Amino acid sequence: MPQVTLTVNGKSATVEVEGRTLLVELLREKLGLTGTHVGCDTSQCGACVVHVDGVSVKSCTMLAVQADGAKVTTIEGLAAADGTLHPMQEMFREHHALQCGFCTPGMVMAAIDLVNSNPQGLSQDEIRHGLEGNLCRCTGYHNIVKAIDAAQGIMHAPAAE
Amino acid sequence: MNAIFEGIGASVRRKEDLRFISGRGNYTDDINRPGQTHMVIKRSDRPHARIISIDTSAALAAPGVVAVYTGDDFVNIGGLPCGWQIHNKDGSPMVEPKHPVIAHGKVRHVGDPIAVVIAETKQQAKNAAELLVIDLEDLPSIATTTDALKPGAPIVHDEAAGNLCYDWHLGDADAVAAAFATAHKVVTLDLENNRLIPNAMEPRVALGDYDRSTGDYTLFTTSQNPHVIRLLMGAFVLGLPEHKLRVVAPDVGGGFGSKIYHYAEEAIVTWAAGKLSRPVKWTAERSESFMSDAHGRDHVSTAQMAVDKDGKFLALKVHTVANMGGYLSTFAPAVPTYLYATLLAGTYTTPVIYVEVKAVFTNTVPVDAYRGAGRPEATFLLERLVDAVALDMGMDRVDIRRKNFIPRDAFPYQTPVALQYDSGDYFATLDAALTSADYAGFPARKAAAAAQGKLRGIGVSTYLEACGIAPSKVVGALGARAGLYEVANVRVHPTGSISVFTGTHSHGQGHETTFAQLVSDQLGVPLSQVDIVHGDTGKIPFGMGTYGSRSLAVGGSAMVKAMDKIIAKGKKIAAHLMEASPEDIEFKNGVFSVAGTDKQKTLGEIALTAYVPHNYPIETLEPGLDETAFYDPANFTFPGGCHVCEVEIDPETGVVSIINFNAVDDVGRVVNPMIVEGQVQGGVAQGIGQALLENAAYDASGQLLSGSFMDYTMPRADDLTNITVGTENTMCTHNPLGSKGCGEVGAIGSPPAVINAVCDALNIRHMNMPATAEKVWSIINGRAAG
Repeated sequence: MPQVTLTVNGKSATVEVEGRTLLVELLREKLGLTGTHVGCDTSQCGACVVHVDGVSVKSCTMLAVQADGAKVTTIEGLAAADGTLHPMQEMFREHHALQCGFCTPGMVMAAIDLVNSNPQGLSQDEIRHGLEGNLCRCTGYHNIVKAIDAAQGIMHAPAAE
Repeated sequence: MNAIFEGIGASVRRKEDLRFISGRGNYTDDINRPGQTHMVIKRSDRPHARIISIDTSAALAAPGVVAVYTGDDFVNIGGLPCGWQIHNKDGSPMVEPKHPVIAHGKVRHVGDPIAVVIAETKQQAKNAAELLVIDLEDLPSIATTTDALKPGAPIVHDEAAGNLCYDWHLGDADAVAAAFATAHKVVTLDLENNRLIPNAMEPRVALGDYDRSTGDYTLFTTSQNPHVIRLLMGAFVLGLPEHKLRVVAPDVGGGFGSKIYHYAEEAIVTWAAGKLSRPVKWTAERSESFMSDAHGRDHVSTAQMAVDKDGKFLALKVHTVANMGGYLSTFAPAVPTYLYATLLAGTYTTPVIYVEVKAVFTNTVPVDAYRGAGRPEATFLLERLVDAVALDMGMDRVDIRRKNFIPRDAFPYQTPVALQYDSGDYFATLDAALTSADYAGFPARKAAAAAQGKLRGIGVSTYLEACGIAPSKVVGALGARAGLYEVANVRVHPTGSISVFTGTHSHGQGHETTFAQLVSDQLGVPLSQVDIVHGDTGKIPFGMGTYGSRSLAVGGSAMVKAMDKIIAKGKKIAAHLMEASPEDIEFKNGVFSVAGTDKQKTLGEIALTAYVPHNYPIETLEPGLDETAFYDPANFTFPGGCHVCEVEIDPETGVVSIINFNAVDDVGRVVNPMIVEGQVQGGVAQGIGQALLENAAYDASGQLLSGSFMDYTMPRADDLTNITVGTENTMCTHNPLGSKGCGEVGAIGSPPAVINAVCDALNIRHMNMPATAEKVWSIINGRAAG
């Protein structure tokens, strides 16, 4: 079986996988990082979004072997070592942007990449468009958009750097 | 120092959120047991077929395979039970065919399980499932609701002649006929309520475990009501007594009704775990969810309203055909009857009503309750019909509603279709919603849009629903096979922190916060000292679960009753300690005090005394501070309100955009306004989804055409807009909280508001949901009727 070596949330890991193993399966089943969820089988829902080398990726749509040598960040790796939450996590809680919590990890990871990729700032309409790859069945997105809008203010603030 | 207010009415941030935003939730698929095997299900790809043979030999010989089971292995095991029995017009019971755990003899819908393969790994089980040799002989099949009743239609169950499950009615047919005969006008509208697929984001999962030393079974499952699953599966399917069966529903990623029901996979993994003495896990892929989770809605109706010359409603007559799918799911027969027909008075004084409902079997996935369950169907029918009456009478759509509203002073109000509303003020919610939506300013906005070549429309829906289910005696008389009370156990620990065990289940509703606020409010302890425990039959005395917007109104009321008992006992202990009479003890903000003195004891001191009863009235009072209450509501609760939707249509493309959505609801006492707002927004989003995007499409034979997120249009962020939510509350008069429930109002009130707006924009009398761009474009271009 192929061997994959990658860095996940700052820790190096080497695992044997089948060739067909998906990145999300490696994360959930081999590394026990169950914060990343699987909500569909057609790359539509975005519950499995993680960052691979800093860019959001649907981990159900990437083979584990493709992540060989990559730096992967999952929802479990977002908070600082002292437990301080990422501003996106904090704003999701503050603005009641989650209900059942199942889409939340993918939504938060996608939102962080969306904000990071748009340092000029996003309008609410642009945030809605940017979330097209993530489904939420609980919130109607209203509060998710509010949370991301609030988080971009914190993430882009000079003091945050 | 002022403590932060965490009681009833505070928008406290949710206690459960930290684990969810950190990736530390504990969903069923996150649970793995030592020695676990994996199950894959081979499902029918045919809508209707006879099973000629199943050759399992190659699959059994495949690497890693532990077992293969087919319907033959389950012939001596009970079918999946139906929890509600409806009676025909002639008093005879509905037809209730057996719903085998694994299909036996025939398959009756695409997705019906034919065989299961259990292997060491999921991949091995998948590989082996491909080696099953299944010989099916196709049978004629039927998928569409109305065609099922046509003479000569293919028959789904031999015992259900003409595919009829039941032919039921409610109301006074003679009085309606008499009113129709003399009415100024009778307005008729034919409508369909489109079939939906709930699609909670977490697919269903079931993990069965068996303890060889004790003979105990444990089922971990994605359920809204673990005790109900234990009862149904234990007593009716597998024959396992309650004390040997534990059902755990941990964090559950949304339900919306689809996770109420007892599903075959739960029984299979539990049974197989016992057979194999190993844990067995099944995780649905989304494609399986589409063809095995219960669907929702699917009604075809004709509605007729008789009116006098002033537009006053005189009589309503409704004929509905409701699709049950291939088998009866747990609640299915109740949805188009007692959760639908009883709602048809709505917010209006219509004096006589007659409803006929025929339920039919088809070769489709079973249909059951989906967010709102019957009430969205009733509301869509009524609120569309009212708009049609206004149009046919040349009256204003808002004026005709006001003219027919149940007056503020008419409560309690007895409808002609069984329900008695305890409270409401439909004028208040209407006025507030019209103000919030700037209804008066609409003509100017319409003109401005027209100048840009766009079509604007506005729609109003003034709805009522019945939830907080339900008085056990009443529903028992109506055919329910269970009581619908709720249970709470309040345990004050020796040092004063509190665990509350509730039979309701939270799968997004925020119970761990809302219920903790109830405790904080009533017992005067900080939120951080309160834990709400749910979802485990091994911990919680009993419970009926979460659906029908019942958790606060029924489950919360049970908590209030249990806390009343805690306070009553605490007063006796306090009286003993302070050498006073229990009648003189007051309890406020967590402190027991002797009236008129400065003597006092905290709840913590009383709790410690209760568990260390050295100085204690031991002759007359048991130690401990742990009380349980069962609360059976006196009536349903009756939320209502007004939803106003403004749409803009691009005539070039037919795309309908929601410009504004304003909801003003009456949900009774609000414990956490932030959570209520979120519940309504989520419900409205699902309602807009039904109205504009979602449709479970079958071809005529019963092949599911919308079997993935690529074919079934889920609302995405850019399909929606901000949803403005307000409340104008009147209190429920019969439960101790005054709360009515907020979980379903959004999905109930919104679809007709959207379609009323679309019809207004297009200047047409009616169109069925969903108002997709293609349908709207065809209407604009004269290629389809409105």
